[in-house]
Amino acid sequence: MNNTIEINNLSKSYGKLVALDDISLSIKSGELFGLLGPDGAGKTTLFKILSTLMVPDKGSASMCGLDVVKDYRQIRLRIGYMPEKFSLYQDMTVMENLRFYASLFGVSIKDNFDLIAPIFGQLEKFPNRFAGNLSGGMKQKLALSCALIHRPDILLLDEPTTGVDAVSRDEFWQMLGGLKEKGITILVSTSYMDEATRCERLAMINSGHILKIGTPTELVAELDENLYNAVAKDMFKLLTLLQKMPEVLNCYTFGATLHVVGSNDFNPRKVTAQLVSEGIPDAKIYPAKGDIEDLFIKLMENTANE
Amino acid sequence: MGIFRSLVIKETLHVVRDKRTVLITLLMPLVLLVLFGFAISTEVNNIRVVAIVDRHTQETRQMLQQLIVNEYLTFEGLTVHSEVEQLLKTGKADAAVYLHDDNGKISSQIVVDASNPNLAQTYAVYIQGAMAGNLDGPVLTHTLYNPQLKSAYNFVPGVMGMIFILVCAIMTSVSIVSEKQSGTMSLLIVSPIKPRTIIFGKLVPYFILSCILLAIMLTMSYTLLDLPFSANFLNVVLITLVYIILALSIGLLVSTLVDTQVSALLVSAVIFMLPVILLSGMIFPIDNMPRVLQWFSCIIPARWYIEAMRKLMVQDLALSYVWSELVILAGMTGGVLGIAVKKFNNIR
Repeated sequence: MNNTIEINNLSKSYGKLVALDDISLSIKSGELFGLLGPDGAGKTTLFKILSTLMVPDKGSASMCGLDVVKDYRQIRLRIGYMPEKFSLYQDMTVMENLRFYASLFGVSIKDNFDLIAPIFGQLEKFPNRFAGNLSGGMKQKLALSCALIHRPDILLLDEPTTGVDAVSRDEFWQMLGGLKEKGITILVSTSYMDEATRCERLAMINSGHILKIGTPTELVAELDENLYNAVAKDMFKLLTLLQKMPEVLNCYTFGATLHVVGSNDFNPRKVTAQLVSEGIPDAKIYPAKGDIEDLFIKLMENTANE
Repeated sequence: MGIFRSLVIKETLHVVRDKRTVLITLLMPLVLLVLFGFAISTEVNNIRVVAIVDRHTQETRQMLQQLIVNEYLTFEGLTVHSEVEQLLKTGKADAAVYLHDDNGKISSQIVVDASNPNLAQTYAVYIQGAMAGNLDGPVLTHTLYNPQLKSAYNFVPGVMGMIFILVCAIMTSVSIVSEKQSGTMSLLIVSPIKPRTIIFGKLVPYFILSCILLAIMLTMSYTLLDLPFSANFLNVVLITLVYIILALSIGLLVSTLVDTQVSALLVSAVIFMLPVILLSGMIFPIDNMPRVLQWFSCIIPARWYIEAMRKLMVQDLALSYVWSELVILAGMTGGVLGIAVKKFNNIR
């Protein structure tokens, strides 16, 4: 089965605004591939081009060996697309929505129910509830069921977990794992860094550029060794002082602590002593384990400096 | 065919479940027809007439008698010339009839309070009509097709022209744009169905709704409002169907041009509703408009529709008399539908 996605030098701009700038990406058959980037990075534009809603300005893309511009009709039969907003008919019931999307592709719900059963299971209890009255997590599951009902080879999910509670998000990623095992290639975008690690491979994207591609472990391994946590009562003072030090390359808030990226001559004990002398008696600095978010900040810093 | 059916079913569900809109859509034509047919009436009743007679003769008595028995006039009695102006000014009389005696020959003069010119014209016509036949005088007015000058005759075509733009253009454009806004439209487009199937699946339920409205309005017109019923009503239906399709196409075109429901509503209402009311000849006669507005009215579909409907419903003319209107409407339909479908296809 050839469920690959090939993207070659794709560009798209809206007037002066460049949404995608010369993007190339190759996604293997049956892969769970993540697209990580902040809002406005160009993720949705990429999804629109891949789902054949939009034509690129330059470059080409193919899915299952079919060109997104030339063979868009065939592609439409083989992809399942879930746009950023859950595109359900709010005034139609759960079953009516599912039945409608099945009929669009000329398939029966019965034939493909095995594929959506694990996802649709919870919704089966209230088939006659209006989609508008479902919770965020339920809406998400129904939208995914609708996108899957025609057994697509490739699943395109544009920020599927936005506006969904943490428990449902976790369930959702488990479901994606199940779908991957059935051989479906999944391209999913997210702006949540913690979710990104659940993908097999990741592309980090910002302002229309791909910053880095790799598995989450590979990506994290690329981080500098000199990453430290810094804490004190007066976090703001700590931040300003650290940012002024010559041996600190970067310093930013990270959850409840500060992350400090040090240069090679960064000595935690020396820096702590200096901080204490400058009026932060409770300053503490200890090594930190970097994650995707640190990498993202580093990569964005690099592009900004270039 | 299965896809088309489920599209129509889906769209019908949207329409039927939006109970408020359905209710308004079905009630509005009834209210408008009753309002324009009865309440907002331009017919004139109870014209108060006084008479000034130089010398009573057999002839003048007979003429006064005719004023007295006429059901639209209320004869307020005889008076003298010096009083007339005071009576008209204080609003105690609407018109005065002078019967002069020129050496045995009666000549008449009608003086009308023209503070409302439309009414004044009608007063004069009524009084002339009431006295007609008795004078050797020059005036003899017949109001053909609508002898009682019933306003329903005037407003039924106008209201129909308005309702269909309202229902078809506004409802279709809003419903398509709402799908654009909710994102479901992109899923429809990404599915294997052809754009034209999507379009017709959208239009069919509104077409059916319009046909129901047409049936309601025609039934009301021919019963409650007493329009003359004849076999011609089939032609009325034919022209109206063309007009409905035109209005649907306009709605479709609007939906391809705008992105939010509010702007769809505004564009449909401002660009299509106001001209229908003001420039179609429904209320203000086109012939009285400045030349530029007359030209402008030519591109308003309702103008041709209302003109055709007057000929068919009120004058009871055959279809051959509205041929040009029918051709113009059909041409507009073809043009608008063509552009709309083409634009919609470009969404991809």
